[in-house]
Formats: sequence, C-alpha cells, structure tokens
Amino acid sequence: MKYRLAALLVCTPLALAAQTAGTPTVDRANTPTVVIGSKNFTESLVLGEIARLAARERGIDVQHKRSLGGTRILWEALRHGDIDAYPEYTGTITHELLHGVPPGAGIGALRTRLAKLGIGITDSLGFNDTYAIGMRDKEAANLHIRSIDDLARHPDLKLAFSNEFMNRADGWPGMKRVYHLPQNARGMDHALAYRALASGAIDAIDLYSTDAEIAYYHLRVLKDDRHYFPRYDAVYLYRLDLDRRAPQFVAALNSLVGTIDAGQMRAMNKAVQIGGQDPTVVAARFLGVQAGGGSIDNFWPQLGRYTLEHLALVGISLSLAIIIAVPLGIFSARHRRLGEVVVGLTGILQTVPSLALFVFMIPLFGIGAEPAIAALFLYSLLPIVRNTHAGLCGIEPSLLESAAALGLPSRVRLWRIELPLALRPILAGIKIAAVINVGTATLGALIGAGGYGQPILTGIRLDSIPLIMEGAIPAALLALVMQGMFEGIERALTPRGLRLRAQG
Amino acid sequence: MPASKDSDAAFALVRATRAFDTVRAVDDVTLSFARGHTSILIGTSGSGKSTLLRLLIGLEWPTAGEVLCDGRPLRRDRLLETRRGVGYVIQEGGLFPHLTVLGNLGLLPRHLGWNAVRVHQQALELAELTHLHPRLLARFPAELSGGQRQRVALMRALMLDPPTLLLDEPLGALDPLVRHGLQEELREIFRRLGKTVIMVTHDMAEAAFFSSRLILMRRGRVQQDGSLEDFRHAPANEFVREFLAAHRNLPDEVA
Repeated sequence: MKYRLAALLVCTPLALAAQTAGTPTVDRANTPTVVIGSKNFTESLVLGEIARLAARERGIDVQHKRSLGGTRILWEALRHGDIDAYPEYTGTITHELLHGVPPGAGIGALRTRLAKLGIGITDSLGFNDTYAIGMRDKEAANLHIRSIDDLARHPDLKLAFSNEFMNRADGWPGMKRVYHLPQNARGMDHALAYRALASGAIDAIDLYSTDAEIAYYHLRVLKDDRHYFPRYDAVYLYRLDLDRRAPQFVAALNSLVGTIDAGQMRAMNKAVQIGGQDPTVVAARFLGVQAGGGSIDNFWPQLGRYTLEHLALVGISLSLAIIIAVPLGIFSARHRRLGEVVVGLTGILQTVPSLALFVFMIPLFGIGAEPAIAALFLYSLLPIVRNTHAGLCGIEPSLLESAAALGLPSRVRLWRIELPLALRPILAGIKIAAVINVGTATLGALIGAGGYGQPILTGIRLDSIPLIMEGAIPAALLALVMQGMFEGIERALTPRGLRLRAQG
Repeated sequence: MPASKDSDAAFALVRATRAFDTVRAVDDVTLSFARGHTSILIGTSGSGKSTLLRLLIGLEWPTAGEVLCDGRPLRRDRLLETRRGVGYVIQEGGLFPHLTVLGNLGLLPRHLGWNAVRVHQQALELAELTHLHPRLLARFPAELSGGQRQRVALMRALMLDPPTLLLDEPLGALDPLVRHGLQEELREIFRRLGKTVIMVTHDMAEAAFFSSRLILMRRGRVQQDGSLEDFRHAPANEFVREFLAAHRNLPDEVA
C-alpha cells in the first residue's frame, strides 16, 4: 500500500521505456563489423555512402552512421572506436586534429603522425574542397569586389560564417588577421547561411569550393590572393586495427583514391542538396552499382521509428532521473546544509549548454543513444530535485510535528505523510523535466541517437522546411502528450482530501 | 514544589533550559507533573509555555538541565515509546489533510499492527466519548468544522489510551460559543478518564476552569505555581498581580 505511490511514480515512464526498448537504435547482435560515420553536411554524407557501397561490393557489411555532427564528434568517435572510418579533409587534420604539424604538410607527414594514434589515412580522393568566401555575384560586381583583399574596403558588409569556421585556427580569426579585415562576423549554420545570403540578410559567407549552391544562388567565390586557405584534400580516416579486422574494407577505401574530381563532387552535392535525390542513390550511380533496398522508408514507418527512438531516449532518461532525483530531493530536504549543495550542483548542470553536455558525454559513452540518455538524465535532475526539495520543505511544520509527536518512525512519516503532502510539487517537477526532455532530445540526433532530431537535422542540411516540420511537429505533440499524461497522473494520485483543501 | 524523582511524577523538569541563540525560551525551570492530575501552563505568547510542553516529548531538547519521564531521563532511542505513551493535541488540530478522519485515527495503530476492525471499534467508542457523529469518520479534515476537527484531534490522541495528554491551546482557534461547550466536555472527559493532563492556555478563566494547579510563566521562567486562590491572595510578584488584573471575568470561586 505505502509503496503504491512510489511504484506508480517510477513505473509509468519505465513502462514507456520498456515498450520502446524492444526496438533499440542499434541491435547489438547484428552490429556489422565495420561502422563508418559522416558529418552533418551533404558531401560528407555522400562520401560516407560511397565508402559503404564500395565496401558492400567487396562483401563487407558496413553500417553508416549518418550526420553525426561536427569534426570533434567524429574524431572522438573514431579515436574511441565507436566508428571505424569517416571522410575528412587534410586541412582539417593539419589545423584541427593534430598539433604542431607545419602548414602545407603532405599526406605522408600526416600519415606518420596519425599512425601514432592508431589512425590510418588514404591518399586524396581526387578533389580539394577548400574553404572559400562567397558573395552574391551582383553585389560583388557593384562593389568591385574580386578578392578577399577587397572586403577590407567595405567595413559595413555583414559577414556570417559557419560556427566551425568562426572558431577554427584556419578560419575567421586567422583570415581577419591576415587580410586586416575590419568587420565583425557572427556564427550561423552553414545551410541556413546560404538562405540568409540569398535573401540579402548577410553579404558574405564561408563556403566549400565544391558546394552545390555556388551556381544555384549565383554566388561569386572571392580570390584568396594571399593563399590563406590551406588545401582541403578529401581523404578517409580509418582505424588501423581494420588492417587486421577488415582488410577488405581498407582496400575498398583505397580503391576510391583519385577517383572523384571536383566537378563530379559538385554534381553529386547538387543532386542531393538541390535535386533532392537520396544520397544512397547518388553514391550508387557514381559507383555504377545498385543502390540496394531498405534504406528508403515510407513516411509512416519512418515516423514510427523516430517516435520509438525518441520515446526510448525520453523514457529511459526520465525514469533514471526520477529514481535518482526524488531520493536526492528527500535527502536535501532532510539535511538543509548539504541539501543546498546538492540543489546547487544540479543547478550548475543545468547551466551547461545542452549541445555541449551532449558532446561531453561522448568520451564516456561513445556515440548513439547512451550518451544522449546520459545527458538528458543530467538535465532532468534539477527540476525534480528542486521540486521534491521545495515540496517537502513547504509542508506545514505543525503537520510534521503532529506526525512526530504521534510516535511514528521517520520512514513511516516520509511515506505516509510527507511524500503524499509533497506529491503535487514533485509531480510538477517531473512534468517539467519530461517536457524539457522531449525538446532537448532532438539534439540527440547530432550524436547518433536518432529520434525526431533526425528529420530536423536533415531538413536543416537540405534547407527543407517540410522535413524540419516532420521532426518538429511530432516533438511538439509529444511534449503536449507528456504534459497531459502527467496532469492525468497528478489528478489520479492526488488524495481527495488535498483537492478539497485546494478548493476551500 | 521541589522536583522529585519519585514515581508519582509522570513528567518532571530539573533545571531545564532551552535556548534559541540568545533567547532562553525555557530558563532554568524545575517542575514536576503528578500522575492523574491536570496541570495548566499559562502565560502570554512567547512566555515559553509551549516550548516547555514540547520539551516533554522530545520535540525540543534542553540545552541545559534534564527532562524526566516516569522518573528516568528522556532518551532519544526510546523516544517513539515515550511519544506513544502521550497524546498530543495542538491548536489547529494538526490533522493530516490527505487522510480521512478514520485514516488520521488509524495511522499509528495500523502501523502497530491493529486490524481495521479494531481501529474502527476504538474510533466509534471515542466518537461517543467526544460526541462526534460516527458518520463524520469518513470525512476529510477540510469537510469538518473547527470544533469537529479538535474533537478528532483529541480522539487521535486517545487511540492508544495513553496515560498522559499534552494539549497546546487545544481550544485556541475556536469561536467563543463552541469553545465554551468544548471546555465543559473536555473537563468531563479528563475527569472520567483520570489521565495525567498538561494543558497550555493563555486564558486565565479557562485555566482556572480546568484545574486548581496553575503554572504562570513569563520569559521562560515560572512566576508562580499554585491555585487561582494562591495567585489572588499571595501573588508572588507584580507580574502575577498585573496578569490577574488583565482578566476581568475570572470566577469568584473555583468550580
């Protein structure tokens, strides 16, 4: 009887999680021997698919974890063995991943350095996808801007760069210094930046020299007279233990060396980005092989899969949070001093930006659902701990005293008096955590956790509002359902005597 | 009256002090409460009378001196037993709003292993004693009047038939008519049950109505310990005189 309350509190989300756990994102038993990853932009995705299909032709089953996010996430995942290979660029390796490599070092020098880390590198795939600066052709013509040097004469120009470019050693900070540029730039998602540039909201953006949008949006690529941007030869990075585990896969990667020129890459990017074709189909056409079935889901089954993945993320993380946070809240209400520390610590967790928290979890849990669940769990702690604490501390002291004076042991007082009286604030805290959780879980797609974030991410990449809505609308609906569900639970569990008091 | 450790005292305080920071709510008090008698702690608000009551069941602990229960010092590891031997009633009743009247009454007995039938039987008997309509046992506290709530609080205190009752302004929150009626009933109940009763009030007339032993407190110290007649004819100090003078409707004779 006295455990009924706790059982209900804990079991509802657990049951939810258990239902969805039947279809986990990665089925361990059938995990392929080789996993390839790709970054969250079209070219990386296409190169990932090309590698997967080339390996399949050699009889190796490769799983492709698509659109995992930025360089950091992929590199960490490769180092930790969550993925075995991913497409990368020599400039990025030189400036971002390794330290103390002279600029302009050849692939041979990189290979030596990477080998010490257990990482292998192929030779160039055949094209140099360097950074470049682009403007609307018309505006550039009006202002007589041909090279990056010319930008310095127009301090009023609004610059917006991808967040990665804003922060990298070979990105905006160095470019501003080398070209003595007076402007201040702001960060923006790469795919969105094209839209903003086309609409005239901004005047110049960073782009990749193989981007499909250059022609599509009638952009002018500014000349890099001072040779500021290093070479960005496309290569595959892979774990050296593949030489032993799956030598056929390494052979497949090497077979692609020198086969893709810049024109071909730009055409493939355009086919996906602007033509709306499936990356798998585009990659297969390039290799001259069959795309193979199974990769293209229909709308409803796909939505179902996203929903199950999302529910698993939310359900498991929320259940864990309830199991940990309610006792933590009880503890902090009992020990006021130490309690302040506990509530303060969970508060600090809340101040960590959500994307950063997701990335912090990668070294501990790899990529996929686990780190996302860990991050969501940490995020859910504060509302529950704080509300449990506040609910227990808010009980009328005369009631606590009456319970003590009766001669009831403290454990019985907790279960029969204090928790029932604090039930409403506790449930409210869980409800807040659940609703926040549903929204934050969409970030999980960035680290391979799937869920509603997947279509949102793809939608941003392809600049497709309908695709973004495919994730955003169900996520919003799920948040509403969660809210309604917890309000129902609250109504069902609130003793009638308390409802009377609330009315009177 | 000197403190004694004789077994006639249900509770006693020996030079007990309870200090909160710099304020001594109870200041070097020595008292004993005889078994089977009704004693009244009286004083203005902040005089320390409630704190003294709370010291007796370990809701507060003395910062100096000792509290004795049945002649033995109060011990933290025997607190539950001590409290179960005492019925404690406070001003607003302290009823748990999420439980029905029967739920409130049965909380401790059920924990101690009583079955539902026994709880219900005892509740019906006490309802008769306190003149509470049995129909109200299924109600929640929010559905009761103030007087009914205090009757339930008293019933809850009496469920285990404890030898001692501590009442902290049990009638303080009631309107005068209800209060008057309940005073009569309570005195009758105390008389019939023959329990040790220690009651706190700030009303001299109520105090005199319930008992011939009044303990007047001020700033944590006992000013005078005796009957209303003692207070009248031999006030211990100027404060006692003033306190009496402030109460207009005192009876001429103790009833």
